[in-house]
Amino acid sequence: MAMKFKSHSPEKAEMQLTSMIDVIFLLLIFFVMTFRISAQEGDFNIRMPIGGGTGAADSTSIPIKLRLRSNIDGELVDIVVDETRSFGNDFSKLRGFILQLTGGNAPPNPAEGPEVEIDLDYNLRYEHVVAAITAVTGQRKGDKIQRLVERIKFATPRKPQ
Amino acid sequence: MKRKFDTKVAEGDMTAMIDMVFQLIIFFMVLINFSQEDQNQAIKLPSSELAQPAEAPLEHPIVLNLDFNGTVYMGAETSSIAGLRPLLQLEADALKSKGHSAKDANIIIRAHQKTAGGMVQELIKKCQEVGFEKFVLRAQEDLS
Repeated sequence: MAMKFKSHSPEKAEMQLTSMIDVIFLLLIFFVMTFRISAQEGDFNIRMPIGGGTGAADSTSIPIKLRLRSNIDGELVDIVVDETRSFGNDFSKLRGFILQLTGGNAPPNPAEGPEVEIDLDYNLRYEHVVAAITAVTGQRKGDKIQRLVERIKFATPRKPQ
Repeated sequence: MKRKFDTKVAEGDMTAMIDMVFQLIIFFMVLINFSQEDQNQAIKLPSSELAQPAEAPLEHPIVLNLDFNGTVYMGAETSSIAGLRPLLQLEADALKSKGHSAKDANIIIRAHQKTAGGMVQELIKKCQEVGFEKFVLRAQEDLS
């Protein structure tokens, strides 16, 4: 017995797109409004165990005391290493000194390398502190970063000038 | 004089527009960064050529935003450096209740570039008083 099938209607099924487009546009507006172009952020690790505001005792043979002097406005005036060598306010000279001292290589285990203790005037602007940390931590060579000193700590805070 | 109007509704082809809008949404969804929730936009970070995003997320991060006049923003709370101890103690207690200690936490300091360096030291000292040991100074990547 032959079966008869009803032929399908040739009409095209149309979806109602209006509400979906509304929602999509709302989503688009949300993303556009909340979108922020910002530079990437990075971190400098500082280990400061409890004990009088200073870090752990230096176990290496190269303790580096970095003194950062500022004027009343917080601008950097002088960089002094180990109370003897002065570099003015030139961080590239400081980096050159650290390169010479470390041989341009950080040890494989950061805990074993030399440590830098930063002693700064209270008013010194934080951007100069980060510049000093950058100078002793390493330098960028193209896309690669050459690591120098991984261990950094702060000395006891000085009183406001 | 009578005019005859066509009663048919003019329908434009929406396919190309919807395609484009979807692509825009996908673009923004991929780029949106919810990790910026803790960032205070009033804080202008110092820049550093070595600042690169960490390869792995920090364990138990606590973000402290420090303004140039010494105001600390910790989540939704605002405090001076001197009055920060109760807030830090709450964080330390929360860590303790989870079986950790303050020593395990990473304090992320986002300080304004014009802030006095001594204030950052004071902030670190205040955290040390509660038992925190690991600190991270955050800087912005120097694109120049």
